Amino acid sequence: MSVFIIRRLIQSVIVVAVMSFIVFVGVNVVGDPVDMLINPEADQAEIARVIRDLGLDRPLHEQYLFFVKNALQGDLGKSFIFGESALKLIVQRIPATFELALTALVMAVFIGVPLGVYAGMRPTAMSSRAIMAGSILGFSLPTFWVGLMMIMVFAVMLGWLPSTGRGDTVMVMGIEVSFLTVDGLRHLFMPALNLALLKISLVIRLARAGTREAMHQDYVKFARAKGLSETRVILVHVLKNIMIPVVTVLGLEFGSLIAFSVVTESVFAWPGMGKLLIDSLHNLDRPIIVAYLMIIVLVFVVINLLVDILYSVLDPRVRIKDAGQ
Amino acid sequence: MHFRKALITGAVSAMLALPLAAQAETLTIGSGSEPSSVDPHYHNLTPNNSMAAHIFSRLIEQDEKQRLTPGLATEWKAVDDLTWEFKLRKGVKFHDGSDFNADDVMATVKRAPNVPNSPSSFALYLKGKTFTKVDDYTIRITTEKPYPLMPVDVSTIHIISDASVDASTEDFNSGKATAGTGPYKFIEWVPGDRLVLERNEAYYGAKPEWDKVVYKPIKSGPSRVAALLAGDVDFIDNVPTIDISRLEKDPKLSLSQGISNRVIYLHMDQFREDSPDITAKDGSKIKNPLLDPNVRKALSKAISRDLIVERVMEGVAIPAGQLLPEGFFGVSPNLKPEPYDPEGAKKMLADAGYPDGFKMKVHGPNDRYINDAKILEAVAQMFSRIGIETTVETMTKSVFFKRASRGGPNKMPEFSFVLVGWGSGTGEASSPLKSLLATYNKDKGMGSSNRGRHSNPEMDKVLDEALATVDDAKRAALLAKATDIGIGQDQGIIPLHYQVNTWAAKKGLKYNARTDERTYAMGVVSK
Repeated sequence: MSVFIIRRLIQSVIVVAVMSFIVFVGVNVVGDPVDMLINPEADQAEIARVIRDLGLDRPLHEQYLFFVKNALQGDLGKSFIFGESALKLIVQRIPATFELALTALVMAVFIGVPLGVYAGMRPTAMSSRAIMAGSILGFSLPTFWVGLMMIMVFAVMLGWLPSTGRGDTVMVMGIEVSFLTVDGLRHLFMPALNLALLKISLVIRLARAGTREAMHQDYVKFARAKGLSETRVILVHVLKNIMIPVVTVLGLEFGSLIAFSVVTESVFAWPGMGKLLIDSLHNLDRPIIVAYLMIIVLVFVVINLLVDILYSVLDPRVRIKDAGQ
Repeated sequence: MHFRKALITGAVSAMLALPLAAQAETLTIGSGSEPSSVDPHYHNLTPNNSMAAHIFSRLIEQDEKQRLTPGLATEWKAVDDLTWEFKLRKGVKFHDGSDFNADDVMATVKRAPNVPNSPSSFALYLKGKTFTKVDDYTIRITTEKPYPLMPVDVSTIHIISDASVDASTEDFNSGKATAGTGPYKFIEWVPGDRLVLERNEAYYGAKPEWDKVVYKPIKSGPSRVAALLAGDVDFIDNVPTIDISRLEKDPKLSLSQGISNRVIYLHMDQFREDSPDITAKDGSKIKNPLLDPNVRKALSKAISRDLIVERVMEGVAIPAGQLLPEGFFGVSPNLKPEPYDPEGAKKMLADAGYPDGFKMKVHGPNDRYINDAKILEAVAQMFSRIGIETTVETMTKSVFFKRASRGGPNKMPEFSFVLVGWGSGTGEASSPLKSLLATYNKDKGMGSSNRGRHSNPEMDKVLDEALATVDDAKRAALLAKATDIGIGQDQGIIPLHYQVNTWAAKKGLKYNARTDERTYAMGVVSK
C-alpha cells in the first residue's frame, strides 16, 4: 500500500509541474494585468516601473525559472493585485469553499440516494417518473440561471432567505465556519443547494440504476427468503452494494465541487476561492491563478487516493496492491 | 507605543459599541468593486481611493463635483510661482487619539511614494515636489517649474499618522496601523466578504449619518440588484442600465443619478501610413485614410449620438462634444456635440478622395464601460451607412487594453480604431488633454494613453503653457483653446458621450452622486 501511495504522489508532482508550465505560458499569451492595475493618469515612467516591479519585462523563460526556484522553497509568488502571498490569499478562502462544497456533497447524498433508491424500487410509479424528470432538469439547467432564480424566489419574492454573502461565523479550531450559526446556515442553504443540484441529479441516476440491478440479485432474493424486513434488505444489502459507484463518482465530483464552485460563488457573492479565481482571471493575476490550479490538482490527487482507499473498506474484494506483487 | 494605544482604544470602543449596535443605524452597501487593500498608499485606483476617503482625510478634499474644499488644510495659496503654502487645521485627532500636525504630513509624503509592490503608486502626484515643515501647522511645497495643479495633486494623498510611517500594507489591512482622521474608523476587513466601518465621533467635518457602515462586494450585477430588492443591502452602486427602468417603477426603491467625468470616445490611428485594420473595399491596401482630419470629421458626423444615448444607453448618458461635460474647469464654450449628418459625412468622405468609402475593423472592450460592446456595434452600423464597411471585434478588458496600448510591433498600439473611455482624475481638462491628445513623449510623460498617437505641435505648445500658468482664469482659457485645436480643429479623437452613473437605495435614502464615480457612505442620506 505504501508503494502505491508513493507512486501516486510522484505522478502528481509531474502533473503539477506540467500544469504550472502550461498555465504560466497560457496566462502570458493572454496578456498582462498592468493596464488593469494602473491608474490611467500614470505616465510612461510609472507604467514602465510597474512592469519592471512585477517582473514582466523579463523574458518568459526567466520568469518561469524564477517562479520554479521560489516554488521549490514553498513560495508561489505574490499576487500582482493584493501584493500578498498568493498561497496565503487562497488558503484564507479555503474554509468558505470547503464548507460550501461539503454541504453540497451532504445534500447530494442525503437527497439523491433516497430519491434514487425509491425510484429504483418503483420504476413505473408516477412519483418515480417525476423524480427522474426532475433530475433531467437538474442536469440541464445552467447553474447561474438557477442561482438567480432561487434568489428571486426565496430572497426577493418570499423573503425567506438572505440573497447573497456568507453569514455569521464562529471559530472552530482556528477555522472560521458559518454552519454552526443560524445566520450562517440561512446564508449557506441556497448556494449549497445550487451547487448540489447537478450532483443530486447524478446521484439519483446512479442510485436508481444500482437499485434496479441489485433488486434482482441473488443475495437480495436470499435476504428476502430469510424473512428479513424490507427496510433491512434495502438499508443493509441494497444500499451497501450501490454505494460503490456513488462513492467513486462523488469522490471525483467533490474535487469539481471545490474547483468549479466559481459560478455559484459569483452569483451568491460567496467569499470563497472560486470567487477569488474568477476575479484573478479577470485581472490576469497570474500568481493566484497558477497557485490556485496547483492546489486544485493536489486536491484531486488526494481525493482520488482517498477514494481508492475507501473502496477497499466498502468492498472487501478490492485489495490495493503494491506494484510488482 | 502608538500601536498599543491604538489597540486599546480600538478594543474599548469596540466593547462600548457592541451593546449599542442593536439600535445603531447601520448602512449596508452592495458594491460592484472591492479595494485590493486598506493601505491608503498601496494602490492608486478608484476602489481603493474611495475606501481610503472614509478612513483618512486629505489636506484638500474633493466634493461631489470634484471641486476642491478644505480638508486637513484650512487654506492654501501660491506664495510665488514655485512655492505653495498650506495652513493646517488645528485640534484634529487621529482615530488612535494622537494629534494631527505637520509631522504627519511629512511622514505621509515619505511613505506614500515608496510602498513596496504597489501596482500603481502615488509617486505620480509627489514627484518633483519638495515638502518642508515651516512650523507645526504650516507646510511649504516647492517645485522647480511653476506647477498650477498643486492643489489637485495634494487632494489625492491620504494623510496617515507619523506613527504608521514604517507600517507595512499588511499592518493596514489588519487594522494595526489603520488610524486616520476621516469620518469613519476602520473595524475589520474580510476580503471578498465585508469591510466594516464605524463613525468617528471626533471627526472635524460634517458628521455622517450612519453609525456603522458595512461594505459588501457583490460583483455580479444581477445579484447586486437582487440583494437590494431582497433588502439584504440598503444601497448599491453600478446599477446595470438594463435594470434602471424597472427599478425606477419600484415603489420600495429610489434611484440617484449623476453625470460623471468619464467621456466615452474613439481613438483613430494617426501614426501609420499602412494601418493594419483598414483596407479598400476589395481588400487591397490603401493609405490610412484616418490621417486626414476631414475623414475623421466625416466619421464624427456619421454618428448619431442621440440614438446611442436613447437606444443603447437607455437614456442614461449625455452626448459629448469634448473631453469633459459643461461646468468643469477648462472646457471649451465653443464645442457642442456634433449633429448627426450622414449626407454631409458622405460628401466630406467623397471630397477627401473616398467616394466609395473603405473597409475597417474596429476594436473595443466588452466589460469595461457601461454597454461598451453595444455602443461599438451601433457606431459600426452608422459607419456602414455612409459607405465604410465596418466590422466589430470586442474582447475582455485584460486582453484589450494591453493590445490597444502596446500590442503592435515595437510596443506600438496594435489597432487602427478603438473605443475607450477617460475619467478625468483631476476633475479638469488638463488630464485628458495631457494623456489622450498630447504628442506621445516618454521623457515628458505626455500622451501616455494616446492610443491613436494624434500629434499637433501647436496644441502641445498651448497645453504646455497652460500647465505652467498658475493664474486660474488664464489657465482655463488656455485649456479651452487646446481643446478647440485638438477636437474642434483636428478631431484628434471622436467624443461620443459622457457616462451617467446610477446608484439605487431603498426608499427614503438618496445619494449625492459624484462625478468621479466613487461611492461614499458619507453621501448616502435620508430624504
